[in-house]
Amino acid sequence: MPAAPVARPAGRTGRRLAGLALSLLLLGLVAGLSVAIGAKQLSPAEVWQGLLRPDSPEYAVVHRMRLPRTLLGLVAGAALGVAGAVTQAVTRNPLGDPGLLGINAGASAAVATATAVLGMTAGDIWYALLGAAVVTVAVHAVGGGRAATPARLALAGAALNAVLYSYVSAVMLLDAASLERLRFWTVGSLADARADTVLRVLPFVVAGLLIALATARPLDALALGDDAARALGARPGLVRAAATAAITLLSGAATAACGPLVFVGLLVPHLVRALTGPDLRWLLPYCAVLAPVLLLAADVTARLLGRPGELQVGTVTAVLGGVLFLHLVQRGAGVRR
Amino acid sequence: MQTVPSRLAGRAMTLAYERRTVAENLTVAVPDHSFTIIIGPNACGKSTLLRALARLLRPTAGAVLLDGGDIQRRPTREVARVVGMLPQSSVAPDGITVADLVARGRHPHQGLLRQWSRDDERIVAGAMADTGVADLADRPVDELSGGQRQRVWIAMALAQQTPLLLLDEPTTYLDIAHQVEVLDLCARLHEEQGRTLVAVLHDLNQAARYATHLVAMRDGAVVAAGEPRQVVTAALVKEVFGLPCRVIDDPETGTPLVVPAAPRRTGNRHQPA
Amino acid sequence: MIVLRPPGGRSLRLRPRALAVGAALTLLAVVLGGLTLVGVDRPAPDVPAILAGGGNPADRFILLDLRLPRLATALGVGAALGLAGAVCQSLLRNPLGSPDVLGFTQGAATGALVVVVLGGGSLALGGAAVAGGLATGLLGYALVGRHGLAGHRVVLVGIGVTAILSGVNGYLLTRAPLTDAARAALWLTGSLDGRGWVNALPLLAALAVLAPAILASGRALRMIELGDHLATALGVPVGRLRPLLLAAAVALVSLAAAAAGPVSFVALTAPHLARRLTRAPGPNLLPATLLGAALLVAADLVAQHAIAGQQLPVGVVTGVIGGSHLVWLLAVGRRSGRL
Repeated sequence: MPAAPVARPAGRTGRRLAGLALSLLLLGLVAGLSVAIGAKQLSPAEVWQGLLRPDSPEYAVVHRMRLPRTLLGLVAGAALGVAGAVTQAVTRNPLGDPGLLGINAGASAAVATATAVLGMTAGDIWYALLGAAVVTVAVHAVGGGRAATPARLALAGAALNAVLYSYVSAVMLLDAASLERLRFWTVGSLADARADTVLRVLPFVVAGLLIALATARPLDALALGDDAARALGARPGLVRAAATAAITLLSGAATAACGPLVFVGLLVPHLVRALTGPDLRWLLPYCAVLAPVLLLAADVTARLLGRPGELQVGTVTAVLGGVLFLHLVQRGAGVRR
Repeated sequence: MQTVPSRLAGRAMTLAYERRTVAENLTVAVPDHSFTIIIGPNACGKSTLLRALARLLRPTAGAVLLDGGDIQRRPTREVARVVGMLPQSSVAPDGITVADLVARGRHPHQGLLRQWSRDDERIVAGAMADTGVADLADRPVDELSGGQRQRVWIAMALAQQTPLLLLDEPTTYLDIAHQVEVLDLCARLHEEQGRTLVAVLHDLNQAARYATHLVAMRDGAVVAAGEPRQVVTAALVKEVFGLPCRVIDDPETGTPLVVPAAPRRTGNRHQPA
Repeated sequence: MIVLRPPGGRSLRLRPRALAVGAALTLLAVVLGGLTLVGVDRPAPDVPAILAGGGNPADRFILLDLRLPRLATALGVGAALGLAGAVCQSLLRNPLGSPDVLGFTQGAATGALVVVVLGGGSLALGGAAVAGGLATGLLGYALVGRHGLAGHRVVLVGIGVTAILSGVNGYLLTRAPLTDAARAALWLTGSLDGRGWVNALPLLAALAVLAPAILASGRALRMIELGDHLATALGVPVGRLRPLLLAAAVALVSLAAAAAGPVSFVALTAPHLARRLTRAPGPNLLPATLLGAALLVAADLVAQHAIAGQQLPVGVVTGVIGGSHLVWLLAVGRRSGRL
């Protein structure tokens, strides 16, 4: 980190690193819970044995079901949290969230089309990325481009969400075969996770995270406005393109893996900002760690609430996120002009 | 002051929004057939007073008297036939035409069975002619300039045909030419039709030029009221606005003209070397 | 503009264009309704004869017990949504302030779902839907209240409330008995399949009472569009009228939701289209009502027949149409500087 400002309080970086370590610890804890809790409860010892010893009775349930699910939560959570933070930064919009803006719905619609209309059986992720990319551009065009206000963007997202989800449910209802595959595409869920799902989306998420981290500094400059950013040596057009690519990769991949999860990307950056401040170089790593914590915790909650059946995690995040959204609106986030 | 006949007056009013008290024990009278202008610094309570007079705000104590009776006890529609009010910066509904907007001023005079009479038509046409917007009758209001729009709103208030008309900062957001245009229009309405006008204005000199009765307020209290020549003095401007000034005669009209004092500077002022 | 003046000092103001639009919409609703009754894909039963009491039992069953109540529900739901949407948009002075954007519809759905989970008759369902809608309305009002009703805040609050309620609805679905869950899930998208007189009658009764009352306050609504202060200055008791009108609108929307599920976007779209057609300012209550009815019957025809051998829930069709319309509104609204 070149040329740290002289006035930076000593120990701030250290505190932030310690916080990050603490967050990682928290993540480990929640991940453990996510492996342990389910239709069959496992004790910590059983979790441990199930993880490591192929001959233990818990090995199958841990490795076939719980572990992929937990890993998917980790990957998708990180992707959504960072995508949300980048969306909020690049749109200068406190209400930015890939789900709220319809980007996840775009991925859903593209996959539904590919599956039911074109009869594709593989390569979900490419369609999801295509759909996410198209909607990312569309929502900004409808929302007013550079002049977009937070409220207009949120509205444009709500409109696109309505259209796309109606379309997805029409496709599902018309095609009984794809209904089974697309069932979880209207509300996000981690339940259908398999090991290969996680592996398939991982490269895209990693690529997206790397791009996002690389744009953190110029995005910070962009937060001051295009002219100021240019004066600071950033190139707004290029930064926006890179950020859009990151958002597309992250939310497209997350949606391909576990359906549209609304509000994770809204919720986490706001909570994290209270810890780190608006500096994206810290905000993004924190989001990458704490968003999976939230998603896994919501997933565990959903499993507990839904007994004996199962509640989809998307419904839990929708309620949590909706409450925060209302709080933000109450504070005047959307009425800035 | 008690001798002047007054249909609309506030007596010992306490005016407050939810928690904030704006004025206490405020008494004010609007002389009949006057052009009364209320002046005062920002947040002195002048708009609040106007809203109370228009029955838009209920005094927490005291009362607004219309023809001697408490205005709050009179039905909304009945009051609307006597007192008209043009709030600050109104927004016209999408795509409404000038004629339609002005026609809405007839609402208090209409009913389910009596929707649109020849009188209504005549009065609306008259209001548009008086304000010089008759040519714009079929134009959508949102396409007009700021000055035109304000005249349309005044036309709507005129169509209401109330002997009393209250205007809250009718010149806000207008350039100087349009400000004068609107105030000339108000003065003409007052002189030619004998209506009682009450307006809140920011510009002291405009107020002094157009008012027949001036009310100066500060911190929710009336500091002075009367003819502009009596009210606008250097001492009063200092007291109300905290602004040192000189008062001279307006070279155009002879009304008082406030000239703010130049700041005293020590040393030479921008003298070339 | 035409002014009729029968003797006795009365007068009636009519706009020829609005009249023509109203007549055309009524005709459209009748034709579409006829199409629903006759059926598009089946050999047409002799509708007039059956309505007069003739025809064979099978045809009588199809017409009187299947298609007629379905049509009545569609007309009632469409009319209720169109009217409620026009009232809300006008009251809130916000082109996006329709009951579905504000979350009333979702609230009604939550109320109804509670009854589905706990069990109860259609009367309880209707009552719970209205209670849910009203509670959502009150919640929204409380959240917005401090800041006034105009502007974007109302809509943003609606988006948040809708998100929470859809989460709650998802939870309720998992709690419902399995047999009811499928039915409830379908109902949540808004559907007219298998609607009988039980569904149609409470809504039609409410319409018969509330619609005339709302239409009679159309003039006051036109004044409220000018702003609360100006409306008061023009003699409209805004403080008393607004909660009454809002409550009436919420009741209509909720009963519509109880009858057909939360059919989205009709309440948003119908008033806009009505205004464009009549080119008259103001709430356009009657045209919006008629257009809502025609729109829903048309959407139902599309939903039934667009794809051969398959039936879509009508809510899917209105979602696509209405959502696209909202996108278009936003795009156009930007150009004209409004919104």
